[in-house]
Amino acid sequence: MLDPDFVDLSRWQFAITALYHFLFVPLTLGLTWILVIMESVYVMTGKQVYKDMTKFWGKLFGINFALGVTTGLTMEFEFGTNWAYYSHYVGDVFGAPLAIEGLMAFFLESTFVGMFFLGWERLSKRQHLMVTFLTALGTNLSALWILIANGWMQNPVGAEFSLETMRMEMTSFSEVFFNPVAQVKFIHTVSAGYVAASMFVAGISAYYLLKGRDLGFARRSMAIALGFGLASICSVIVLGDESGYEAGEVQQMKLAAMEAEWHTEEAPAAFTVIGYPDDETMETKGAIKIPYALGIIATRSLDEEVTGIKELVAHNEQRIRAGMIAFGAMTAIRAGEGTEQDKALFEANKKDLGYGLLLKQFTPDVVDATEEQTALAARGTVPDVTLMFWTFRIMVASGFLMLLMFGLGFILMARRRLESHRWLLRAFLYGIPLPWIAIETGWFVAEYGRQPWAIGEVLPTFLATSTLTKTDLIISLTGFIAFYTILAVIEMYLMFKFARLGPSSLHTGRYHFESPTGGTATLADAPAAPLKD
Amino acid sequence: MVLDYETLKFVWWVLVGVLLVGFAIMDGMDMGVGALLPFLGKNDPERRVIINTVGPHWDGNQVWFITAGGAIFAAWPAVYAASFSGFYFAMILVLFALFLRPVGFDYRSKLDNLQWRNTWDWGLLVGSAVPPLVFGIAFGNLLQGVPFHYDEIMRPWYTGSFFGLLNPFALLVGVVSLSMIILHGATFLQLRTEKVIADRAQKAVTVIGLIFIATFALAGIWLALGIDGFEIVKDRPHDALPVPIGKEVIIAEGAWLKNYSLYPMAMLAPALAFAAAALAILFSRAGRAGWAFFSSSLVQLGTIFTAGVSMFPFVMPSSINPGHSLTVWDASSSHLTLNVMFISAVIFVPIIIAYTTWNFWKMWRVVTVKEIEEQSHLAY
Repeated sequence: MLDPDFVDLSRWQFAITALYHFLFVPLTLGLTWILVIMESVYVMTGKQVYKDMTKFWGKLFGINFALGVTTGLTMEFEFGTNWAYYSHYVGDVFGAPLAIEGLMAFFLESTFVGMFFLGWERLSKRQHLMVTFLTALGTNLSALWILIANGWMQNPVGAEFSLETMRMEMTSFSEVFFNPVAQVKFIHTVSAGYVAASMFVAGISAYYLLKGRDLGFARRSMAIALGFGLASICSVIVLGDESGYEAGEVQQMKLAAMEAEWHTEEAPAAFTVIGYPDDETMETKGAIKIPYALGIIATRSLDEEVTGIKELVAHNEQRIRAGMIAFGAMTAIRAGEGTEQDKALFEANKKDLGYGLLLKQFTPDVVDATEEQTALAARGTVPDVTLMFWTFRIMVASGFLMLLMFGLGFILMARRRLESHRWLLRAFLYGIPLPWIAIETGWFVAEYGRQPWAIGEVLPTFLATSTLTKTDLIISLTGFIAFYTILAVIEMYLMFKFARLGPSSLHTGRYHFESPTGGTATLADAPAAPLKD
Repeated sequence: MVLDYETLKFVWWVLVGVLLVGFAIMDGMDMGVGALLPFLGKNDPERRVIINTVGPHWDGNQVWFITAGGAIFAAWPAVYAASFSGFYFAMILVLFALFLRPVGFDYRSKLDNLQWRNTWDWGLLVGSAVPPLVFGIAFGNLLQGVPFHYDEIMRPWYTGSFFGLLNPFALLVGVVSLSMIILHGATFLQLRTEKVIADRAQKAVTVIGLIFIATFALAGIWLALGIDGFEIVKDRPHDALPVPIGKEVIIAEGAWLKNYSLYPMAMLAPALAFAAAALAILFSRAGRAGWAFFSSSLVQLGTIFTAGVSMFPFVMPSSINPGHSLTVWDASSSHLTLNVMFISAVIFVPIIIAYTTWNFWKMWRVVTVKEIEEQSHLAY
């Protein structure tokens, strides 16, 4: 039996390193496309300012990208180092999208990103634009395969448990690829990345506009960011809604926890806008509800029910009992003592084997679990509702706030009145963290809402770890925290330094801190001239 | 399915080998460069020259490592699980060392501060030298068997310690691996730089090349005389579902040499490593840096396949419960997964090689101090 503290530490380490990694990924996903847009305009119009924009935002992209690559390495390592049983149990299915990601996407992104930074002098205009495009394509394909892998953790389709090898084996690659959860998640996640990048560019451009410098450069950057951002935030919200629908189909417990739906209501269920869920008493105090809304969002109908937590727990208890039977039959068969009856029992209850494994936290033999332990395991299939309820609402609120900002910003910009609304420019600048708040809480909802499962209804998280000790984890986790803190400080220092410096950091002689006229729009509009550096 | 299960299992042994050789040739090249950085570059412009020889390539090169890891995960999940968790602190050490590379390359020249830059140079040294050293040590331990076993639900348990990995034979293999990588970095630098840096690189090729030949020979003798190998006496059918606990294995003196008498062709691997290392030195001294680089690439191929061939079909032998050793036949994925992965590799590896070649073609030049000074704000 593994120490529960050790399991918690393993989870903390993964959560910290994954959430940290995803501070850098969204910007990479979105900024590459913004660079493609800027450079395309440069290639089409030949205006130098668009080349400078590509180079400058590319510089900030590079500072971010380095840490994205660095922290991504951790993710690949950790499945093996800290989640060895997970790797053993599902590597046959989960490993394939990761390996294909490397072959199809990561090579593409990484080979061309070097040429993006260092190829300006050695490639023709069109070649360089192609390089930028392929970098963007690579990063986004990379996200596709990662989300197929993650989608499979939420909804493990196209695979079956093998008694002989004692692991999940792939039965259909196309089912894994076309997993509806994965497809929806992919669009939702990359769009969120586009929003983050748009907010980043818009916020920093707003800073230059507020300071009244490099106006031509800042206005053009702002225009691209607002247009791209508005389209992306709409995509995020539509696909977020679709995600909720998918969860209603395949991850009912996650949905119920997000909405604090303690018990099944008469259809169509009401949506709780806000309230205080209490995990102890299993009820929500002070709830403000919109009638019918949850039923419509989650089931797309007026007559289907949204199953509540209490009903799901009762149902899960039944599945745990079935899982006990499957586990008992499996043990007999693997020991070579299995009768025909055992085989039949196993086949009949095999889909609940994962539920049986939940009992391993109480008793190694599973089959001798008491009534009390079974009930406890069933209660344990509910993630912390208070946390789920609030993080979900923070994500949604941030999303709608950004919709408002991008919508308003876009309209004002189209009417050339954006710069007279300085409060909105300030909102963009100080709103830069908003997409990150939404994204990190979103991942929390997705992954914490999957608990207690590492692989939904197949492999419990506590069983998925490596066989290490608490001390091992304390040492490595301390190392990660120390290393990541130092890297974060360095990254933020460079990011702030270059963002403040603006396009002057390109040393072209055309911008605010280097020209006597202070980087006016006219200068930046000058036709392409050979670069001095 | 394109190929039958047994053949595919073997093909994936070859493909993992190819990915590891790809990693050593590509990523090893810039790891070698990084490990030589503070010694071959005596001042900041010289160091920037050295870094910029791999500037547009290191990131793409690193993906060989990531993909080799991903391929082991997908093709040999049992090996991935047992080795990464068993060698826990060694792997964490490699990971922390690797952290220093992307940020080192990217951030080093962003600030015009000598102390900042010097610090990153040592970071790049650590990030480049530690991984090949640790991988060598890991191979040294694989050759001696690793203390791990499976429990009733097929969960791997490692019963050794981190310091147990640092035994004399494993450390020697670590030096073999490190010198192999640095040799490769040195021939690359001789090819892509000029004047004083190229001269220093040439001296490094000779010294490191000789160290490689000596340690590789010593490790071979030690393996033949002092290290017991593993041998399967009763196996499950090779095309059966992979179950790594259903065979009988004995530990026997000289068992790691058996493949060389069974398949004399296998002798080509160590012979290639020796010959190519000697040629790399000779070409380098004759000023034929291109041929020296080609030779040092072959050193990677010869050395890695020597380790693989000696152990075949073992991948990760267990010293405490030899019957639980992982082999090509019983640590693999399902037939379908191997097949999907095989098709992906057949499609994508040629495409990768094509655009990587284009990348090198477009970015190929001798990097000079003059170039760095002219493009000070663009270069790394």
